[in-house]
Amino acid sequence: MEVRVQHQDFDVGAEIARLRAGRDEVGAVASFIGTVRGSSGGAALESMTLEHYPGMTEASLAAIGREAAGRWAIDAGLVIHRIGELRPGDQIVLVVVLSRHRGDAFAACEFIMDYLKTRAPFWKKERTSKGESWVQARDSDTAAASRWASDEAAVRAADQTAGRQAADRTGRPKPDE
Amino acid sequence: MNITIVYFAALREALGTDREEVRLPGGIASAGDLRAWLGGRGEPWGEALGQGRNVQVAVDQVLGDAATPLREGAEVAFFPPVTGG
Repeated sequence: MEVRVQHQDFDVGAEIARLRAGRDEVGAVASFIGTVRGSSGGAALESMTLEHYPGMTEASLAAIGREAAGRWAIDAGLVIHRIGELRPGDQIVLVVVLSRHRGDAFAACEFIMDYLKTRAPFWKKERTSKGESWVQARDSDTAAASRWASDEAAVRAADQTAGRQAADRTGRPKPDE
Repeated sequence: MNITIVYFAALREALGTDREEVRLPGGIASAGDLRAWLGGRGEPWGEALGQGRNVQVAVDQVLGDAATPLREGAEVAFFPPVTGG
């Protein structure tokens, strides 16, 4: 799993094209892009600043990638997370997972985001017309990450949950590939 | 035991520092021991690192908990719950 923490923006199409190059065994590409919402607590957001823990950030993202690769059949993966000052509408984070079939790609992509939200050392500070404040961690993020508990039964349950969610998104029952 | 402590985000602001080198007295063997010892130094440490505060700890850049052991030269980080993504 390739991991990058950077100030500059990223080009989703170019990143995916680069990952896909020469991998004709891949049949599924799942991606997630997190972006800066334009409002916070009813006030217009002026900017968001992301702080991180250099060294640990990269190590924790790599560890999350290894964990995902141990759970699902992944052919390639990428996590890019931006730091510094961002504006409403800016891209914050990109997760891309390449796999033979979409079940693995969807599940691994969602798992990586859920774990990143609760384990990777990033902190957001928002500036609105009301002033500056640190974003508070949300219980819903912890709950989302805890769905992926590491014992076998929980992994199977999580797989089924992810499958159902994938089915919900497509409006069809969970397919085989 | 000599260690380095680093602080991030709201905790860094509350303490007014992002890093300190400290020589620990005997008996401080875990991340939880360290937190209690730091809190006992008075304000702003007591308030920022008090037991009611939701503070996470990493030892040598790996998430830990109160029981995580310390070692000579360790880098211990205290920070609020993470909010990336």
